[in-house]
Amino acid sequence: MNVQDKVIAIIAEQAVLEPSDVKLEHSLDDLGIDSLGLVESIFAIEEAFDVSVPFNANDPTAGGFDISSVAAIIAAVEGLVREKEAVGG
Amino acid sequence: MKRVVITGAGTINALGKNVAETLAAMREGRCGIGPLDIRDIDRLSVQIGGQVRDYDELAWFNRQQVALYDRFTQFTLLAAREAIAQSGLHFEDELSTRSGVVLGTAGGGVNTWDENYRSVYEEGKNRVHPFVVPKLMNNAAASHVSMEYNLKGPAFTVATACASSNHAMGLAFQMIRSGMCSVILTGGSEAMLCFGGIKAWEGLRVMSRDACRPFSANRNGMVQGEGAATFVFEDYDHARARGAEILAEVTGFAMTSDAADIVMPSAQGAERAITGALTDARMNPEDVGYINAHGTGTAANDKTECAAVAKAFGPHADRLMISSTKSMHGHLIGGTGAVELLACIMALRDGVIAPTIGYEEPDPECALDVVPNVAREAKVTAVLSNAFAFGGLNAVLALRAI
Repeated sequence: MNVQDKVIAIIAEQAVLEPSDVKLEHSLDDLGIDSLGLVESIFAIEEAFDVSVPFNANDPTAGGFDISSVAAIIAAVEGLVREKEAVGG
Repeated sequence: MKRVVITGAGTINALGKNVAETLAAMREGRCGIGPLDIRDIDRLSVQIGGQVRDYDELAWFNRQQVALYDRFTQFTLLAAREAIAQSGLHFEDELSTRSGVVLGTAGGGVNTWDENYRSVYEEGKNRVHPFVVPKLMNNAAASHVSMEYNLKGPAFTVATACASSNHAMGLAFQMIRSGMCSVILTGGSEAMLCFGGIKAWEGLRVMSRDACRPFSANRNGMVQGEGAATFVFEDYDHARARGAEILAEVTGFAMTSDAADIVMPSAQGAERAITGALTDARMNPEDVGYINAHGTGTAANDKTECAAVAKAFGPHADRLMISSTKSMHGHLIGGTGAVELLACIMALRDGVIAPTIGYEEPDPECALDVVPNVAREAKVTAVLSNAFAFGGLNAVLALRAI
């Protein structure tokens, strides 16, 4: 499974939807994911990709991790995975 | 109904090892938050806290006591010693059976859980110390206080997360007001600054890594603290009859439940608790000069709390002062309302309003007089102390000068 499919699977599970119902342009709000659901999704992403997501619930925009849409989250996770591989390699 | 007064206070927290040191620090706007000195700190992303520093348990307790007293119990006993000494009370005969202990803590013996999980899971040991259970139980502190001072009436512990102490003190107030008890040692304690205690909070992503800046637009979360504060709540007639020095009168208490969300606070629930406390105290909104805020420094709490205060007080909200001393001592979770009651007593007795330090930038959603950075002299005759817990549990106390 690539990064995109894995992230969508995590978000779909949180939203209690089929992965096929999660569209790239959806916001978390569209999917009915609240702040607690977001924190849980980020935890699942960190566990799945073995990365650390810079996210503070008090100021969601501060860490530079864009959560405005599913596509934005996928791009941000791809960035973190690339960084990790660069360090690891 | 009986009137209820406070005739003793005691504390140990990041700002001081007694009431005088703590109030001096609050007056100076001193910050007790700093780098944490705990095991495995390098594996934590949050590395600051309001820790009780230079604390040697063997300076206060003997080896047998240390084997039985978790850090939260030790803090409670030290705070109780100061409070009861100030009250001048000795509990014998009928007074002993008419006196009790009601304390708040969220986690109880968290350090004891942490150390013993380490030893069985990490170090693979198959045996733990025989006193693990009596050391970690949430009521350990209340029980040891009852034993130490011969308090034979009601004794129990309240655990309502960040509102634990306010719920405890509110119940103590009601139990004396109703005539059930003459004296109750009340307040709360927390000692959660260990690897597991901080790691759990990290998970929620509401913690600041640099400072607690309540109501400031650039606030970025809460900072944990530790310690205890306890008070002697006493029937006014009993206190008067023995010529006791009275620190303040407790006049009202209200508790509400949001019945809405496990972590997100509700302004309506908070407002109902504030209004309820005023009604219970038979106070008008205009009587209140100062509110010790819950003021955690999270985005969610501070704007919700300010909205609740604005709604409950109407135009008077712009004339009263509201500050969060968590900026100095950190968030003591189940013990926080107790330490914060000290700021209320200082306002009533000394006419000094403790500041909200770390305040850097006004937030239009928190547009109240938060007493930024510097303590202020002001005469106030009535105050409130707010506590709003995870789980949507709100507890507000009202006090008056006497």
